Amino acid sequence: MATPPTEAEYAHLAAVARELRKEVVRMVHAAGGGDLGDSLSAVEILTALIFRELRLDPSNPAAPERDRLLLSKGHAAAALYAALAHRGYFPTEELLTFRRAGGRLQGRADRLKLPGIEASTGSLGQGVGMAVGLALDQRLRGRSNRVVVVLGDAEGRAGLAYEALLAGAQLELDHLTVVVDRSETLKGEPGRADPLEARLRGFGYATQLVDGHDLPALCRAFDAAKQTTGRPSAIVARTVLGKGVSFLEREAERGGRAPDREETERALHELGGAA
Amino acid sequence: MAAPDGTGRPLEAVAEELLELGTADPGLLVVEGNPARPNPTRLFQRRYPERAFDLGAMEPAMVTLAAGLALEGRAVVASSLAVALAGRSYAELRQSVCYNRANVKLLATRAGLQAGGDGGTVQIVEDVGLMRGLPGMTVVAPADAPSSRAALRAIAALDGPAYLRLPGELAPTIGGAPFRLGEARELRPGADLTLVAFGAMLPRALAVAEELHHVGVEARVLDFASIKPFDEKALVKAARETGAILTLEEHTVLTGLGGLVAATTSENYPVPVRRLGVPDLFGESGEPSELLDRYGLSVERGLEEAWELLKARGKVP
Repeated sequence: MATPPTEAEYAHLAAVARELRKEVVRMVHAAGGGDLGDSLSAVEILTALIFRELRLDPSNPAAPERDRLLLSKGHAAAALYAALAHRGYFPTEELLTFRRAGGRLQGRADRLKLPGIEASTGSLGQGVGMAVGLALDQRLRGRSNRVVVVLGDAEGRAGLAYEALLAGAQLELDHLTVVVDRSETLKGEPGRADPLEARLRGFGYATQLVDGHDLPALCRAFDAAKQTTGRPSAIVARTVLGKGVSFLEREAERGGRAPDREETERALHELGGAA
Repeated sequence: MAAPDGTGRPLEAVAEELLELGTADPGLLVVEGNPARPNPTRLFQRRYPERAFDLGAMEPAMVTLAAGLALEGRAVVASSLAVALAGRSYAELRQSVCYNRANVKLLATRAGLQAGGDGGTVQIVEDVGLMRGLPGMTVVAPADAPSSRAALRAIAALDGPAYLRLPGELAPTIGGAPFRLGEARELRPGADLTLVAFGAMLPRALAVAEELHHVGVEARVLDFASIKPFDEKALVKAARETGAILTLEEHTVLTGLGGLVAATTSENYPVPVRRLGVPDLFGESGEPSELLDRYGLSVERGLEEAWELLKARGKVP
Protein backbone atom coordinates (compact mmCIF):
# COMPACT_ATOMS: atom_id res chain seq x y z
CA MET A 1 0.00 0.00 0.00
CA ALA A 2 1.38 3.33 -0.96
CA THR A 3 -0.47 5.33 1.66
CA PRO A 4 -0.92 4.25 5.26
CA PRO A 5 -4.54 3.96 6.29
CA THR A 6 -6.22 6.91 7.89
CA GLU A 7 -7.82 6.91 11.31
CA ALA A 8 -11.18 6.81 9.60
CA GLU A 9 -10.16 3.78 7.64
CA TYR A 10 -9.07 1.95 10.78
CA ALA A 11 -12.34 2.87 12.44
CA HIS A 12 -14.13 1.38 9.46
CA LEU A 13 -12.07 -1.83 9.62
CA ALA A 14 -12.75 -2.11 13.35
CA ALA A 15 -16.47 -1.76 12.69
CA VAL A 16 -16.24 -4.46 10.03
CA ALA A 17 -14.43 -6.79 12.43
CA ARG A 18 -17.10 -6.22 15.05
CA GLU A 19 -19.83 -7.01 12.55
CA LEU A 20 -18.03 -10.17 11.38
CA ARG A 21 -17.73 -11.38 14.99
CA LYS A 22 -21.46 -11.04 15.49
CA GLU A 23 -22.08 -12.78 12.19
CA VAL A 24 -19.83 -15.67 13.21
CA VAL A 25 -21.61 -16.08 16.56
CA ARG A 26 -24.98 -16.16 14.80
CA MET A 27 -23.73 -18.63 12.18
CA VAL A 28 -22.23 -21.08 14.64
CA HIS A 29 -25.30 -20.88 16.85
CA ALA A 30 -27.61 -21.52 13.90
CA ALA A 31 -25.45 -24.35 12.61
CA GLY A 32 -25.07 -25.95 16.02
CA GLY A 33 -21.34 -26.25 15.48
CA GLY A 34 -18.37 -24.72 13.77
CA ASP A 35 -15.32 -23.90 15.88
CA LEU A 36 -16.37 -20.55 17.27
CA GLY A 37 -13.21 -19.79 19.23
CA ASP A 38 -10.88 -20.51 16.31
CA SER A 39 -13.05 -18.41 14.00
CA LEU A 40 -13.15 -15.41 16.34
CA SER A 41 -9.38 -15.41 16.82
CA ALA A 42 -8.86 -14.92 13.08
CA VAL A 43 -11.33 -12.08 12.56
CA GLU A 44 -8.86 -9.15 12.48
CA ILE A 45 -6.41 -11.10 10.30
CA LEU A 46 -9.13 -11.81 7.75
CA THR A 47 -10.58 -8.31 8.01
CA ALA A 48 -7.21 -6.70 7.31
CA LEU A 49 -6.59 -9.03 4.37
CA ILE A 50 -10.00 -9.11 2.75
CA PHE A 51 -11.06 -5.51 3.39
CA ARG A 52 -7.76 -3.75 2.82
CA GLU A 53 -4.56 -5.60 1.98
CA LEU A 54 -5.49 -7.99 -0.80
CA ARG A 55 -6.32 -6.98 -4.34
CA LEU A 56 -9.73 -8.60 -4.72
CA ASP A 57 -12.72 -8.07 -6.95
CA PRO A 58 -15.90 -9.73 -5.67
CA SER A 59 -17.64 -8.97 -8.98
CA ASN A 60 -14.96 -11.01 -10.77
CA PRO A 61 -13.73 -13.63 -8.31
CA ALA A 62 -11.64 -15.36 -10.98
CA ALA A 63 -9.77 -12.25 -12.17
CA PRO A 64 -6.27 -13.51 -13.05
CA GLU A 65 -4.45 -10.66 -11.29
CA ARG A 66 -6.27 -11.03 -7.98
CA ASP A 67 -4.36 -11.85 -4.84
CA ARG A 68 -4.95 -15.36 -3.50
CA LEU A 69 -5.99 -16.14 0.05
CA LEU A 70 -5.96 -19.68 1.41
CA LEU A 71 -7.32 -20.62 4.81
CA SER A 72 -5.21 -23.56 5.88
CA LYS A 73 -6.95 -23.58 9.27
CA GLY A 74 -10.06 -24.69 7.46
CA HIS A 75 -12.08 -25.06 10.64
CA ALA A 76 -12.28 -21.25 10.87
CA ALA A 77 -14.45 -21.26 7.75
CA ALA A 78 -17.22 -19.30 9.50
CA ALA A 79 -14.98 -16.23 9.79
CA LEU A 80 -13.90 -16.52 6.16
CA TYR A 81 -17.50 -16.87 4.95
CA ALA A 82 -18.63 -13.88 7.00
CA ALA A 83 -15.81 -11.77 5.60
CA LEU A 84 -16.40 -12.85 1.98
CA ALA A 85 -20.14 -12.27 2.22
CA HIS A 86 -19.68 -8.80 3.71
CA ARG A 87 -17.12 -8.04 1.03
CA GLY A 88 -19.77 -8.83 -1.57
CA TYR A 89 -18.88 -12.32 -2.81
CA PHE A 90 -22.29 -13.74 -2.00
CA PRO A 91 -25.43 -12.60 -0.13
CA THR A 92 -25.04 -12.25 3.63
CA GLU A 93 -28.41 -14.04 4.03
CA GLU A 94 -26.67 -17.19 2.85
CA LEU A 95 -24.44 -17.17 5.93
CA LEU A 96 -27.13 -18.88 7.97
CA THR A 97 -26.93 -21.90 5.66
CA PHE A 98 -23.49 -22.64 7.15
CA ARG A 99 -22.96 -26.42 7.49
CA ARG A 100 -26.38 -27.24 6.02
CA ALA A 101 -26.84 -30.18 3.64
CA GLY A 102 -26.97 -29.10 0.02
CA GLY A 103 -25.51 -25.68 0.82
CA ARG A 104 -22.41 -23.96 -0.48
CA LEU A 105 -21.06 -23.09 2.96
CA GLN A 106 -19.47 -26.39 3.89
CA GLY A 107 -17.96 -26.91 7.34
CA ARG A 108 -14.59 -26.44 5.64
CA ALA A 109 -14.48 -24.06 2.67
CA ASP A 110 -14.90 -25.73 -0.72
CA ARG A 111 -13.45 -24.02 -3.80
CA LEU A 112 -15.73 -25.92 -6.15
CA LYS A 113 -18.84 -24.67 -4.37
CA LEU A 114 -18.27 -21.05 -3.46
CA PRO A 115 -16.70 -18.07 -5.22
CA GLY A 116 -13.75 -16.51 -3.44
CA ILE A 117 -12.42 -19.80 -2.10
CA GLU A 118 -9.02 -20.50 -3.66
CA ALA A 119 -8.44 -23.96 -2.21
CA SER A 120 -10.50 -26.51 -0.32
CA THR A 121 -8.85 -27.12 3.02
CA GLY A 122 -9.61 -28.85 6.29
CA SER A 123 -6.84 -31.36 6.86
CA LEU A 124 -4.38 -29.35 8.94
CA GLY A 125 -1.02 -28.59 7.40
CA GLN A 126 -2.04 -29.16 3.80
CA GLY A 127 -2.87 -25.54 3.00
CA VAL A 128 0.75 -24.48 3.21
CA GLY A 129 1.86 -26.80 0.44
CA MET A 130 -1.06 -25.77 -1.75
CA ALA A 131 -0.14 -22.12 -1.17
CA VAL A 132 3.49 -22.82 -2.09
CA GLY A 133 2.37 -24.63 -5.24
CA LEU A 134 -0.07 -21.88 -6.15
CA ALA A 135 2.58 -19.20 -5.55
CA LEU A 136 4.99 -21.07 -7.81
CA ASP A 137 2.26 -21.43 -10.42
CA GLN A 138 1.61 -17.69 -10.35
CA ARG A 139 5.31 -16.86 -10.67
CA LEU A 140 5.69 -19.21 -13.63
CA ARG A 141 2.76 -17.42 -15.25
CA GLY A 142 4.62 -14.16 -14.81
CA ARG A 143 2.07 -12.68 -12.45
CA SER A 144 2.88 -10.31 -9.61
CA ASN A 145 -0.03 -11.06 -7.31
CA ARG A 146 0.36 -12.12 -3.70
CA VAL A 147 -0.47 -15.48 -2.18
CA VAL A 148 -1.35 -15.41 1.51
CA VAL A 149 -2.04 -18.51 3.59
CA VAL A 150 -3.46 -18.40 7.10
CA LEU A 151 -2.46 -21.21 9.46
CA GLY A 152 -3.69 -22.06 12.90
CA ASP A 153 -1.31 -22.49 15.77
CA ALA A 154 -1.90 -26.24 15.83
CA GLU A 155 -0.41 -26.34 12.34
CA GLY A 156 2.82 -25.11 13.87
CA ARG A 157 3.08 -28.69 15.09
CA ALA A 158 2.47 -30.33 11.73
CA GLY A 159 5.57 -31.75 10.06
CA LEU A 160 3.82 -31.53 6.72
CA ALA A 161 3.62 -27.75 7.06
CA TYR A 162 7.36 -27.59 7.68
CA GLU A 163 8.16 -29.63 4.59
CA ALA A 164 6.14 -27.18 2.55
CA LEU A 165 7.59 -24.12 4.30
CA LEU A 166 11.06 -25.39 3.43
CA ALA A 167 10.08 -25.76 -0.23
CA GLY A 168 8.63 -22.23 -0.24
CA ALA A 169 11.89 -20.81 1.09
CA GLN A 170 14.03 -22.81 -1.33
CA LEU A 171 11.92 -21.58 -4.22
CA GLU A 172 12.38 -17.98 -2.97
CA LEU A 173 8.69 -17.21 -3.29
CA ASP A 174 8.75 -13.60 -2.11
CA HIS A 175 5.12 -13.02 -3.07
CA LEU A 176 4.10 -15.66 -0.52
CA THR A 177 3.10 -14.66 3.00
CA VAL A 178 2.42 -17.21 5.72
CA VAL A 179 0.27 -15.94 8.56
CA VAL A 180 0.05 -17.95 11.75
CA ASP A 181 -3.03 -17.25 13.85
CA ARG A 182 -1.33 -18.07 17.10
CA SER A 183 -3.78 -18.24 19.94
CA GLU A 184 -2.22 -17.93 23.34
CA THR A 185 -3.41 -21.40 24.14
CA LEU A 186 -4.12 -24.53 22.23
CA LYS A 187 -7.60 -25.54 23.26
CA GLY A 188 -7.03 -24.16 26.72
CA GLU A 189 -3.82 -25.97 27.51
CA PRO A 190 -0.95 -23.64 28.23
CA GLY A 191 1.64 -24.78 25.75
CA ARG A 192 5.34 -25.04 26.41
CA ALA A 193 7.24 -22.18 24.89
CA ASP A 194 7.35 -22.95 21.19
CA PRO A 195 9.98 -20.98 19.27
CA LEU A 196 7.74 -20.63 16.22
CA GLU A 197 9.17 -17.28 15.10
CA ALA A 198 12.73 -18.60 15.43
CA ARG A 199 11.81 -21.63 13.36
CA LEU A 200 10.21 -19.54 10.62
CA ARG A 201 13.32 -17.33 10.55
CA GLY A 202 15.43 -20.46 10.45
CA PHE A 203 13.59 -21.57 7.35
CA GLY A 204 14.49 -18.22 5.80
CA TYR A 205 11.20 -16.36 6.13
CA ALA A 206 11.18 -12.63 6.77
CA THR A 207 9.29 -13.01 10.01
CA GLN A 208 7.32 -10.49 12.03
CA LEU A 209 5.55 -10.88 15.32
CA VAL A 210 2.37 -8.83 15.77
CA ASP A 211 -0.71 -8.53 17.93
CA GLY A 212 -3.26 -10.37 15.81
CA HIS A 213 -6.13 -8.22 17.02
CA ASP A 214 -4.41 -4.88 16.36
CA LEU A 215 -5.61 -3.83 12.92
CA PRO A 216 -3.04 -1.04 12.36
CA ALA A 217 -0.23 -3.41 13.39
CA LEU A 218 -1.55 -6.14 11.11
CA CYS A 219 -1.81 -3.75 8.17
CA ARG A 220 1.74 -2.52 8.74
CA ALA A 221 2.97 -6.10 8.90
CA PHE A 222 1.20 -7.04 5.67
CA ASP A 223 2.59 -3.93 3.96
CA ALA A 224 6.09 -4.83 5.12
CA ALA A 225 5.62 -8.42 3.96
CA LYS A 226 4.66 -7.12 0.55
CA GLN A 227 7.97 -5.27 0.27
CA THR A 228 10.02 -8.36 1.05
CA THR A 229 12.17 -9.56 -1.84
CA GLY A 230 14.12 -12.73 -2.43
CA ARG A 231 12.38 -14.77 0.24
CA PRO A 232 8.89 -15.44 1.54
CA SER A 233 7.53 -13.68 4.57
CA ALA A 234 5.81 -14.86 7.71
CA ILE A 235 3.63 -13.08 10.22
CA VAL A 236 3.09 -14.63 13.61
CA ALA A 237 -0.10 -13.02 14.84
CA ARG A 238 -0.65 -13.51 18.54
CA THR A 239 -4.36 -13.94 19.10
CA VAL A 240 -6.85 -15.00 21.72
CA LEU A 241 -9.13 -17.95 21.14
CA GLY A 242 -12.72 -16.74 21.24
CA LYS A 243 -11.60 -13.11 21.10
CA GLY A 244 -14.30 -10.55 21.83
CA VAL A 245 -16.62 -12.77 23.86
CA SER A 246 -15.58 -12.87 27.51
CA PHE A 247 -16.87 -16.31 28.41
CA LEU A 248 -15.36 -17.81 25.26
CA GLU A 249 -11.98 -16.27 26.01
CA ARG A 250 -12.12 -17.72 29.49
CA GLU A 251 -13.46 -21.10 28.47
CA ALA A 252 -11.20 -21.91 25.61
CA GLU A 253 -11.73 -25.61 26.16
CA ARG A 254 -15.30 -25.27 24.88
CA GLY A 255 -13.68 -25.92 21.54
CA GLY A 256 -16.18 -26.64 18.82
CA ARG A 257 -19.29 -26.59 21.01
CA ALA A 258 -21.76 -24.14 19.60
CA PRO A 259 -23.23 -21.48 21.90
CA ASP A 260 -26.79 -22.07 23.02
CA ARG A 261 -29.44 -19.38 22.73
CA GLU A 262 -28.61 -17.68 25.99
CA GLU A 263 -24.89 -17.70 25.29
CA THR A 264 -25.51 -16.35 21.81
CA GLU A 265 -27.52 -13.45 23.20
CA ARG A 266 -24.84 -12.71 25.79
CA ALA A 267 -22.14 -12.85 23.13
CA LEU A 268 -24.02 -10.55 20.76
CA HIS A 269 -24.67 -8.16 23.61
CA GLU A 270 -20.97 -8.04 24.45
CA LEU A 271 -20.18 -7.44 20.80
CA GLY A 272 -22.43 -4.43 20.69
CA GLY A 273 -25.97 -5.60 20.25
CA ALA A 274 -27.83 -7.95 17.98
CA ALA A 275 -28.14 -5.47 15.14
CA MET B 1 7.58 -67.00 -19.05
CA ALA B 2 6.74 -66.47 -22.69
CA ALA B 3 7.39 -62.96 -23.91
CA PRO B 4 6.30 -63.08 -27.54
CA ASP B 5 7.65 -59.67 -28.47
CA GLY B 6 10.59 -59.70 -26.11
CA THR B 7 11.19 -57.49 -23.15
CA GLY B 8 10.50 -53.77 -22.89
CA ARG B 9 11.46 -50.95 -20.59
CA PRO B 10 8.25 -49.36 -19.27
CA LEU B 11 9.92 -46.52 -17.35
CA GLU B 12 11.80 -45.44 -20.45
CA ALA B 13 8.68 -45.67 -22.59
CA VAL B 14 6.80 -43.51 -20.09
CA ALA B 15 9.72 -41.08 -19.91
CA GLU B 16 9.59 -40.64 -23.69
CA GLU B 17 5.84 -40.11 -23.63
CA LEU B 18 6.17 -37.58 -20.82
CA LEU B 19 8.74 -35.67 -22.83
CA GLU B 20 6.34 -35.56 -25.77
CA LEU B 21 3.48 -34.42 -23.56
CA GLY B 22 5.69 -31.73 -22.05
CA THR B 23 6.70 -30.52 -25.48
CA ALA B 24 3.09 -30.36 -26.64
CA ASP B 25 1.95 -28.60 -23.44
CA PRO B 26 4.40 -25.90 -22.35
CA GLY B 27 2.42 -25.43 -19.14
CA LEU B 28 2.98 -28.97 -17.93
CA LEU B 29 5.10 -29.25 -14.79
CA VAL B 30 6.81 -32.22 -13.17
CA VAL B 31 7.58 -32.82 -9.51
CA GLU B 32 9.80 -35.76 -8.64
CA GLY B 33 10.06 -37.32 -5.19
CA ASN B 34 12.56 -40.00 -6.05
CA PRO B 35 15.31 -38.33 -8.07
CA ALA B 36 18.05 -40.78 -7.17
CA ARG B 37 16.63 -44.00 -8.62
CA PRO B 38 15.51 -44.84 -12.13
CA ASN B 39 12.40 -42.75 -12.62
CA PRO B 40 10.09 -41.87 -15.47
CA THR B 41 10.71 -38.10 -15.32
CA ARG B 42 14.43 -37.94 -16.03
CA LEU B 43 14.14 -37.17 -19.75
CA PHE B 44 11.69 -34.38 -19.05
CA GLN B 45 13.91 -32.97 -16.29
CA ARG B 46 16.89 -32.92 -18.61
CA ARG B 47 15.03 -31.20 -21.43
CA TYR B 48 12.91 -28.81 -19.35
CA PRO B 49 14.79 -28.21 -16.09
CA GLU B 50 12.87 -24.98 -15.45
CA ARG B 51 9.63 -26.96 -15.39
CA ALA B 52 10.83 -29.84 -13.21
CA PHE B 53 11.15 -29.68 -9.43
CA ASP B 54 13.07 -32.07 -7.24
CA LEU B 55 11.13 -32.53 -4.00
CA GLY B 56 12.79 -35.72 -2.89
CA ALA B 57 11.75 -37.53 0.27
CA MET B 58 8.91 -35.12 1.08
CA GLU B 59 6.12 -36.71 -0.91
CA PRO B 60 3.18 -35.55 1.26
CA ALA B 61 4.25 -31.92 0.87
CA MET B 62 5.13 -32.59 -2.76
CA VAL B 63 1.58 -33.77 -3.35
CA THR B 64 0.03 -30.68 -1.71
CA LEU B 65 2.39 -28.51 -3.74
CA ALA B 66 1.43 -30.33 -6.94
CA ALA B 67 -2.22 -29.67 -6.10
CA GLY B 68 -1.46 -25.97 -5.59
CA LEU B 69 0.31 -25.84 -8.93
CA ALA B 70 -2.68 -27.44 -10.60
CA LEU B 71 -5.45 -25.40 -8.89
CA GLU B 72 -5.75 -22.98 -11.78
CA GLY B 73 -5.78 -25.44 -14.61
CA ARG B 74 -2.21 -26.52 -15.11
CA ALA B 75 -1.35 -30.19 -15.71
CA VAL B 76 1.11 -31.51 -13.14
CA VAL B 77 2.87 -34.85 -13.11
CA ALA B 78 4.06 -36.11 -9.71
CA SER B 79 6.35 -39.10 -9.62
CA SER B 80 7.73 -41.23 -6.82
CA LEU B 81 7.61 -44.63 -5.20
CA ALA B 82 4.14 -46.12 -4.96
CA VAL B 83 4.59 -46.60 -1.22
CA ALA B 84 5.40 -42.89 -0.80
CA LEU B 85 2.50 -41.71 -2.97
CA ALA B 86 -0.44 -44.03 -2.34
CA GLY B 87 0.76 -44.92 1.14
CA ARG B 88 2.57 -42.05 2.77
CA SER B 89 0.65 -39.31 0.96
CA TYR B 90 -2.84 -40.78 1.06
CA ALA B 91 -4.33 -37.95 3.13
CA GLU B 92 -2.78 -35.33 0.87
CA LEU B 93 -3.96 -37.09 -2.28
CA ARG B 94 -7.39 -37.26 -0.74
CA GLN B 95 -7.83 -33.63 0.22
CA SER B 96 -5.38 -31.49 -1.70
CA VAL B 97 -5.64 -33.40 -4.98
CA CYS B 98 -8.94 -35.27 -5.21
CA TYR B 99 -11.18 -33.03 -3.09
CA ASN B 100 -9.85 -30.02 -4.99
CA ARG B 101 -10.21 -31.92 -8.26
CA ALA B 102 -6.66 -30.89 -9.11
CA ASN B 103 -5.24 -32.11 -12.41
CA VAL B 104 -2.37 -34.11 -10.96
CA LYS B 105 -1.12 -37.31 -12.61
CA LEU B 106 0.74 -39.68 -10.32
CA LEU B 107 3.46 -41.91 -11.70
CA ALA B 108 3.99 -44.64 -9.12
CA THR B 109 7.13 -46.74 -9.39
CA ARG B 110 8.12 -49.94 -7.57
CA ALA B 111 4.49 -50.80 -6.81
CA GLY B 112 3.35 -54.20 -5.64
CA LEU B 113 6.30 -56.45 -4.85
CA GLN B 114 8.70 -54.72 -7.25
CA ALA B 115 10.84 -53.34 -4.45
CA GLY B 116 11.88 -56.96 -3.98
CA GLY B 117 14.94 -57.18 -1.77
CA ASP B 118 14.12 -53.90 -0.02
CA GLY B 119 11.34 -55.78 1.70
CA GLY B 120 7.87 -55.20 3.08
CA THR B 121 8.19 -51.60 4.20
CA VAL B 122 9.11 -50.43 0.69
CA GLN B 123 6.73 -52.72 -1.18
CA ILE B 124 3.04 -51.83 -1.29
CA VAL B 125 0.28 -54.21 -2.25
CA GLU B 126 -2.60 -52.00 -1.09
CA ASP B 127 -2.16 -49.08 -3.46
CA VAL B 128 -4.81 -49.93 -6.05
CA GLY B 129 -7.47 -50.39 -3.38
CA LEU B 130 -6.54 -47.12 -1.70
CA MET B 131 -6.49 -45.13 -4.91
CA ARG B 132 -9.62 -46.69 -6.37
CA GLY B 133 -11.62 -45.64 -3.33
CA LEU B 134 -10.80 -41.97 -3.79
CA PRO B 135 -13.68 -40.06 -5.41
CA GLY B 136 -12.70 -38.85 -8.87
CA MET B 137 -9.40 -40.73 -9.04
CA THR B 138 -8.65 -42.65 -12.25
CA VAL B 139 -6.53 -45.78 -11.69
CA VAL B 140 -4.54 -47.63 -14.34
CA ALA B 141 -2.06 -50.47 -13.93
CA PRO B 142 -0.55 -51.51 -17.26
CA ALA B 143 1.67 -54.56 -17.63
CA ASP B 144 4.25 -53.60 -20.24
CA ALA B 145 6.06 -50.75 -21.97
CA PRO B 146 3.60 -50.04 -24.81
CA SER B 147 0.60 -50.14 -22.50
CA SER B 148 2.34 -47.92 -19.96
CA ARG B 149 3.08 -45.34 -22.60
CA ALA B 150 -0.47 -45.48 -23.94
CA ALA B 151 -1.85 -45.32 -20.40
CA LEU B 152 0.07 -42.13 -19.66
CA ARG B 153 -1.17 -40.60 -22.90
CA ALA B 154 -4.75 -41.57 -21.99
CA ILE B 155 -4.71 -40.17 -18.47
CA ALA B 156 -2.93 -37.02 -19.61
CA ALA B 157 -5.92 -36.31 -21.82
CA LEU B 158 -8.20 -36.26 -18.76
CA ASP B 159 -8.76 -33.18 -16.64
CA GLY B 160 -8.48 -34.61 -13.14
CA PRO B 161 -6.38 -36.80 -10.89
CA ALA B 162 -5.07 -40.18 -12.00
CA TYR B 163 -2.81 -42.86 -10.57
CA LEU B 164 -0.56 -44.78 -12.94
CA ARG B 165 0.87 -47.91 -11.32
CA LEU B 166 3.96 -48.58 -13.39
CA PRO B 167 5.48 -51.98 -14.10
CA GLY B 168 9.12 -52.66 -13.25
CA GLU B 169 12.13 -51.47 -15.20
CA LEU B 170 11.94 -54.56 -17.38
CA ALA B 171 8.69 -56.18 -18.39
CA PRO B 172 7.80 -58.69 -21.08
CA THR B 173 5.95 -57.02 -23.92
CA ILE B 174 2.60 -58.69 -24.23
CA GLY B 175 1.19 -57.48 -27.53
CA GLY B 176 -2.48 -57.33 -28.43
CA ALA B 177 -4.70 -54.33 -29.00
CA PRO B 178 -3.47 -51.01 -27.64
CA PHE B 179 -4.41 -49.93 -24.11
CA ARG B 180 -7.61 -47.90 -23.93
CA LEU B 181 -8.98 -46.24 -20.85
CA GLY B 182 -12.16 -47.91 -19.62
CA GLU B 183 -11.72 -50.96 -21.82
CA ALA B 184 -10.52 -54.43 -20.93
CA ARG B 185 -8.20 -55.89 -23.57
CA GLU B 186 -8.93 -59.42 -24.69
CA LEU B 187 -5.50 -60.97 -25.11
CA ARG B 188 -6.71 -64.47 -25.80
CA PRO B 189 -10.14 -65.72 -26.86
CA GLY B 190 -11.82 -68.56 -25.04
CA ALA B 191 -15.21 -69.78 -23.88
CA ASP B 192 -14.41 -72.28 -21.11
CA LEU B 193 -13.19 -69.89 -18.44
CA THR B 194 -11.97 -66.30 -18.08
CA LEU B 195 -8.70 -65.21 -16.53
CA VAL B 196 -8.75 -61.60 -15.38
CA ALA B 197 -5.45 -59.95 -14.49
CA PHE B 198 -3.36 -56.78 -14.60
CA GLY B 199 0.28 -55.82 -14.25
CA ALA B 200 2.85 -58.44 -13.38
CA MET B 201 0.26 -61.21 -13.22
CA LEU B 202 -0.79 -60.77 -16.82
CA PRO B 203 2.12 -62.82 -18.26
CA ARG B 204 1.37 -65.50 -15.71
CA ALA B 205 -2.31 -65.50 -16.63
CA LEU B 206 -1.29 -66.00 -20.27
CA ALA B 207 0.98 -68.88 -19.22
CA VAL B 208 -1.93 -70.50 -17.37
CA ALA B 209 -4.09 -70.12 -20.48
CA GLU B 210 -1.37 -71.69 -22.61
CA GLU B 211 -1.12 -74.69 -20.29
CA LEU B 212 -4.89 -75.10 -20.31
CA HIS B 213 -4.88 -74.96 -24.10
CA HIS B 214 -2.60 -78.01 -24.15
CA VAL B 215 -5.31 -80.01 -22.38
CA GLY B 216 -8.10 -78.73 -24.57
CA VAL B 217 -9.41 -75.91 -22.37
CA GLU B 218 -9.70 -72.47 -23.94
CA ALA B 219 -9.41 -69.70 -21.37
CA ARG B 220 -10.20 -66.12 -22.28
CA VAL B 221 -7.60 -63.70 -20.92
CA LEU B 222 -8.61 -60.12 -20.12
CA ASP B 223 -6.20 -57.33 -19.23
CA PHE B 224 -7.90 -55.00 -16.75
CA ALA B 225 -5.12 -52.41 -16.79
CA SER B 226 -7.92 -49.83 -16.70
CA ILE B 227 -9.13 -50.47 -13.18
CA LYS B 228 -11.10 -47.24 -12.81
CA PRO B 229 -12.95 -46.67 -15.04
CA PHE B 230 -13.75 -50.36 -15.04
CA ASP B 231 -15.04 -52.22 -18.09
CA GLU B 232 -18.12 -53.76 -16.54
CA LYS B 233 -19.47 -54.71 -19.94
CA ALA B 234 -16.49 -56.87 -20.90
CA LEU B 235 -16.57 -58.57 -17.53
CA VAL B 236 -20.27 -59.37 -17.61
CA LYS B 237 -19.92 -60.60 -21.18
CA ALA B 238 -17.10 -62.89 -20.06
CA ALA B 239 -19.21 -64.16 -17.16
CA ARG B 240 -22.08 -64.92 -19.51
CA GLU B 241 -19.97 -66.51 -22.22
CA THR B 242 -17.47 -68.49 -20.13
CA GLY B 243 -19.34 -69.13 -16.87
CA ALA B 244 -16.37 -68.89 -14.50
CA ILE B 245 -13.70 -66.32 -13.65
CA LEU B 246 -10.29 -66.50 -12.06
CA THR B 247 -8.62 -63.25 -11.03
CA LEU B 248 -4.85 -62.90 -10.66
CA GLU B 249 -3.19 -59.80 -9.23
CA GLU B 250 0.04 -58.61 -7.68
CA HIS B 251 -2.00 -56.79 -5.04
CA THR B 252 -3.62 -57.66 -1.75
CA VAL B 253 -6.63 -59.84 -2.30
CA LEU B 254 -8.37 -57.81 0.44
CA THR B 255 -9.03 -54.71 -1.67
CA GLY B 256 -7.98 -55.60 -5.17
CA LEU B 257 -9.40 -56.43 -8.56
CA GLY B 258 -10.71 -59.81 -7.38
CA GLY B 259 -13.28 -58.30 -5.06
CA LEU B 260 -14.33 -55.85 -7.72
CA VAL B 261 -14.83 -58.69 -10.20
CA ALA B 262 -16.78 -60.74 -7.67
CA ALA B 263 -19.01 -57.82 -6.75
CA THR B 264 -19.64 -56.87 -10.36
CA THR B 265 -20.52 -60.37 -11.46
CA SER B 266 -22.70 -60.96 -8.38
CA GLU B 267 -24.76 -57.93 -9.24
CA ASN B 268 -25.01 -58.55 -12.94
CA TYR B 269 -24.46 -62.18 -13.84
CA PRO B 270 -23.41 -64.40 -10.92
CA VAL B 271 -20.85 -67.05 -11.83
CA PRO B 272 -18.20 -68.82 -9.74
CA VAL B 273 -15.24 -66.50 -9.12
CA ARG B 274 -11.92 -67.43 -7.54
CA ARG B 275 -9.38 -64.81 -6.53
CA LEU B 276 -5.62 -65.09 -6.48
CA GLY B 277 -3.81 -62.19 -4.87
CA VAL B 278 -1.37 -61.43 -2.11
CA PRO B 279 -2.94 -62.73 1.10
CA ASP B 280 -3.45 -60.68 4.27
CA LEU B 281 0.21 -59.99 4.93
CA PHE B 282 3.04 -57.54 4.31
CA GLY B 283 5.69 -58.42 1.75
CA GLU B 284 9.24 -59.42 2.58
CA SER B 285 12.65 -59.50 0.93
CA GLY B 286 13.09 -61.61 -2.19
CA GLU B 287 13.04 -61.44 -5.96
CA PRO B 288 9.60 -60.21 -7.06
CA SER B 289 8.95 -63.36 -9.11
CA GLU B 290 10.04 -65.52 -6.20
CA LEU B 291 7.69 -63.60 -3.88
CA LEU B 292 4.79 -64.06 -6.30
CA ASP B 293 5.36 -67.81 -6.14
CA ARG B 294 5.63 -67.66 -2.38
CA TYR B 295 2.28 -65.90 -2.06
CA GLY B 296 0.48 -68.44 -4.20
CA LEU B 297 0.62 -66.42 -7.40
CA SER B 298 2.43 -69.09 -9.43
CA VAL B 299 1.33 -70.52 -12.75
CA GLU B 300 0.87 -73.90 -11.02
CA ARG B 301 -1.45 -72.43 -8.44
CA GLY B 302 -3.33 -70.62 -11.19
CA LEU B 303 -3.83 -73.93 -12.95
CA GLU B 304 -5.14 -75.55 -9.78
CA GLU B 305 -7.63 -72.76 -9.24
CA ALA B 306 -8.70 -72.87 -12.87
CA TRP B 307 -9.19 -76.59 -12.55
CA GLU B 308 -11.42 -76.17 -9.49
CA LEU B 309 -13.56 -73.71 -11.41
CA LEU B 310 -13.80 -76.02 -14.41
CA LYS B 311 -14.76 -78.93 -12.17
CA ALA B 312 -17.49 -76.85 -10.56
CA ARG B 313 -18.79 -76.05 -14.03
CA GLY B 314 -18.59 -79.69 -15.12
CA LYS B 315 -16.17 -78.68 -17.85
CA VAL B 316 -13.18 -80.83 -16.95
CA PRO B 317 -12.34 -82.89 -20.01
